[in-house]
Amino acid sequence: MTDAETIHHPGYRQPRFLPAGDAALSVELGDAIDETINARVVALEEALAARHVAGVIETVPTYRSLLVLFDPLVATHAGIAAAVRELWPPPERAAGARRLWRVPVCYGGEMGADLDFVARAHDLTTDEVVALHTAPTYRVYMIGFAPGFAYLGGLDERLVTSRREVPRPKTPPGSISIGGRQAAVSPPMEVPSGWHLLGRTAARSYDPRREQPFLFGPGDLICFHAVDAAGHAALIRAAEAGEEIVAPEEAGGAPSGATS
Amino acid sequence: MSGHLRFISGGALTTVQDEGRVGWQRHGISASGAIDRRLMHLANALVGNPLAEAVLEITLAGPEFVVEADAVRLALTGADFPLSINDRPAAAWRAHALRRGDRVRIGTARGGMRGYLALAGGLMVAPVLGSRSTHTRSSIGGFRGRRLEAGDEIPIGGDQDAAAPLLGCPQPPDFGGPVRVVLGPQADAFTEEAVATLLGAPFTVSVRADRMGAELDGPVLAHRDGFNIISDGIVNGSIQVPGHGRPVVLLADRQSTGGYPKIATVISADLGRIGQRRPGDEVRFSAVSPEEAIAIARAAADEERALIAALAPAADHAAPTTERLLAANLISGVVSGRDTSGEP
Repeated sequence: MTDAETIHHPGYRQPRFLPAGDAALSVELGDAIDETINARVVALEEALAARHVAGVIETVPTYRSLLVLFDPLVATHAGIAAAVRELWPPPERAAGARRLWRVPVCYGGEMGADLDFVARAHDLTTDEVVALHTAPTYRVYMIGFAPGFAYLGGLDERLVTSRREVPRPKTPPGSISIGGRQAAVSPPMEVPSGWHLLGRTAARSYDPRREQPFLFGPGDLICFHAVDAAGHAALIRAAEAGEEIVAPEEAGGAPSGATS
Repeated sequence: MSGHLRFISGGALTTVQDEGRVGWQRHGISASGAIDRRLMHLANALVGNPLAEAVLEITLAGPEFVVEADAVRLALTGADFPLSINDRPAAAWRAHALRRGDRVRIGTARGGMRGYLALAGGLMVAPVLGSRSTHTRSSIGGFRGRRLEAGDEIPIGGDQDAAAPLLGCPQPPDFGGPVRVVLGPQADAFTEEAVATLLGAPFTVSVRADRMGAELDGPVLAHRDGFNIISDGIVNGSIQVPGHGRPVVLLADRQSTGGYPKIATVISADLGRIGQRRPGDEVRFSAVSPEEAIAIARAAADEERALIAALAPAADHAAPTTERLLAANLISGVVSGRDTSGEP
């Protein structure tokens, strides 16, 4: 890989088209967890949606791939690939179009069972861990694994922690966790996880009662801020009553901490 | 007039399913839906429903319920389940007219894994994200997000045409035969031997098989280097191979994304074949190209249309006999796994 573009761009020069059965095509844009590649995935998804390709049923953006599910009675792998090639490279989304979410977190104690462990593992105080975790602006790379479960990039190097040897079969709803170089926001339901639990949020990333059941999407930005137990309990009550306790802001410019 | 079904027993795993949640996988929602769409479509067609109407998917041991509604037609398709109405044996693959107070019992499957029970007018559970399908792991959809249990009362839509002729399926489809796959999306994460083994060796369905996926026992498939990939999207039929090297065919209730390499993908026309194999049953895979896979999907859709067009008023009311089922290739297809479909 010596050509000019790969030096400046970590993604592939051309997408790789990988068939996923008779009804899907995986469009792979790179081989790394990387903000630039992920931004291309998001941009490609938007461009493809705007194109209204016949037979496309839905698309699933992930770190470095866009999965295109299609109706094999209408479309073909080759037809989808041709549509993607015509859109390549997709236009970068304007920075001002990003959404920024400020997410309240109650850290430590029974809310974050692994805060002490993470602090000890890095020779930090728990306050320092909270400070390091609330400082960056994270990027949502993808939603997957469970309804509204958000995978975030941008974790401070000093908090990079290998996942637990023994995953927990259940973690509390709204868990705020870290694993390896990644961070995550859990939906308001119990999910299995091998990541370290730092705290919990009252924000409901998935709530089928809302007109918009999901909060976060790929390319969104997230900042965490600490709230105390009383504040958390009040937010939980408000959220359960159907109140929207977080709302997106328009964010400009590049995220400060969201480099990998 | 509508009413409900009152369940005496829920059976081993009975859930409300339809075509599944479309368009929400990007939000981490599992698609779910009937494992075998063709059999769901046939059950619905037998009672005059739209093909995508919600049905009950029953697994291995069926439920028992009482009809607390006005006249309604019912039909059962799929695995070889004994069906009785008021303790009298009744045939699968045809519609029956039920009246208030009738008691329906579905026993333990003699072959195959899953059956589809349609009620004319459908099941009136509230749709969630556009679908009535149950996803038990996230407690979404269906009846309270879970499998049916004794005491449940499932509202039904009501039969608008209860006096219609009772249709039967003269030639029920079989679900034996090899399971065809398209290699990839990550076949290159495996050794050449692993790909050859997948396509050459017999596997058996393990006891770790449910609506989320079926883990297969048999030869272990070796990764080229490591078994972690950067998580990406998963489709119905993705064959994922975790670190232990045993392939897992992911089905309707799969997670939306995953981080293990996927050596191949079962084509949609053959998902029912996997879905009807029970623990201990053999599975053999064969590879087709993406172009062939699309041609097979189109042929399967034509075949389904022909099957539905061939539904005709049922001639007799006799219970299915072993001879009749054998004649319909049903038992042979299920038990032996021989390819009796006549497909290429």
